[in-house]
Amino acid sequence: MIRVVLPYHLRNLARLDGEVQLEVANPVTVRSILDALEARYPVLRGTIRDHGTLKRRPFVRFFACKEDLSLEPPETELPDEVVSGAEPFLIVGAMAGG
Amino acid sequence: MSKVRVLVGTRKGAFILTADGKRQNWDVSGPHFAGWEMYHLKGSPADPNRIYASQTSGWFGQIIQLSHDGGQTWEAPGGGMTTTPEGMPKGESNKFAYEGEVGTHKWYDGTQHPWEFKRVWHLEPSLTDPDTVYAGVEDAAIFKTTDGGKTWKELSGLRNAKGHLWQPGAGGMAVHTIILDPKNSNRIYIAISAAGAFRTDDGGKTWKPINRGLKSQYELPDPDAEVGHCVHRIAMHPSRPDVLFMQKHWNVLRTDNAGEQWNEVSGNLPSDFGFPIDVHAHEPETIYVVPIKSDSEHFPPDGKLRVYRSKTGGNEWEALTKGLPQKDCYVNVLRDAMCVDSLEPCGVYFGTTGGQVYASADSGNSWNPIVRDLPAVLSVEVQTLP
Repeated sequence: MIRVVLPYHLRNLARLDGEVQLEVANPVTVRSILDALEARYPVLRGTIRDHGTLKRRPFVRFFACKEDLSLEPPETELPDEVVSGAEPFLIVGAMAGG
Repeated sequence: MSKVRVLVGTRKGAFILTADGKRQNWDVSGPHFAGWEMYHLKGSPADPNRIYASQTSGWFGQIIQLSHDGGQTWEAPGGGMTTTPEGMPKGESNKFAYEGEVGTHKWYDGTQHPWEFKRVWHLEPSLTDPDTVYAGVEDAAIFKTTDGGKTWKELSGLRNAKGHLWQPGAGGMAVHTIILDPKNSNRIYIAISAAGAFRTDDGGKTWKPINRGLKSQYELPDPDAEVGHCVHRIAMHPSRPDVLFMQKHWNVLRTDNAGEQWNEVSGNLPSDFGFPIDVHAHEPETIYVVPIKSDSEHFPPDGKLRVYRSKTGGNEWEALTKGLPQKDCYVNVLRDAMCVDSLEPCGVYFGTTGGQVYASADSGNSWNPIVRDLPAVLSVEVQTLP
């Protein structure tokens, strides 16, 4: 079971309290997690990545196991700790705006 | 007894203000969607409890919200567990994809730049069908839904109206005004900052610029330029859909022939720069503007917040000051932040960048703040309810 932590505004949008738990088939990648997340919560489509290009929105970042994965290719396989559910996959609203 | 419901969009959420027909005691509900920019909320004339809202964020993009109960509860119309026949989630209520080749418009340096969707500025529900809504978006285009906001399709003919010559101004390049002709369902007027006003007579398939008579000598040296005029707002009285009033970047104008020719009616205004303009609900020649000192100083002249009213369709203006701050006031009133109700006497409302929403229950003769300390107000709409 993959654990996903969403930023405050997206939790509100999806009417979530706390983490999301998702079944994601191997290999577990940023893309496969986002696909599963959007399948569960269609309202999140377009809020994390572009509707058409599927590129990450500029002020959204991805972290796991204290590593910034935002610039990694979406097909990059995630660490075992994320796959096992020991560590969450974090979707973060970047500190931006000054 | 009749009542009114005022829908306020702000930089940090939406607020709903309600009162009975006297419009003296107000209930304030909100913030709804706290922390999000709420560019515009508007109710369906055909089903007033159906309210559409544009929720946006620099982080998370565009969301469309819909209420079926007058703003008490909300849903993203395509955001539930809707699926295609193949079982894939749709979630397309937030998707505004330009039709066909994206195309380009003029960029600040004179080069061509691809259209990029940023946000929905204005939502205009159909006068007759609660499931049909038009959306004016940045970068400038108009979209339409016929399924209650679940999916949106661009009326791409608009961008064929010399779109390659449109160039964003400092506030961006957005369709910020949409006016539906109540006597001709095929006729729609729209306006775009730094591009101009446009009209369709075939339900949105084709559009033409309607900017003859607009003078923008500094921005557009060519006096016959068809596009490129910075139109801030257009207003119409439903009884006379061929008569429109315009607040341009500079100048207040009117047309009596559906935009074929505009004539300046700035008259004795202390400044003819401003953003909103609206028409009295029962007097088609009575119009309201809020003069702003200049495009360099976006605040009222002399620190005095004054609405100006003309009862002669322009040229002759009177200052309305009773109840409005007459010193040390340096707020702005944005283009979508003024509206009128249809009670008798007509109510007039506007919101400021300082977070005040003012109401007049006597056609502008006197004003009272409904609220004083909201986030910066982006839009104000009012519904007159039985």
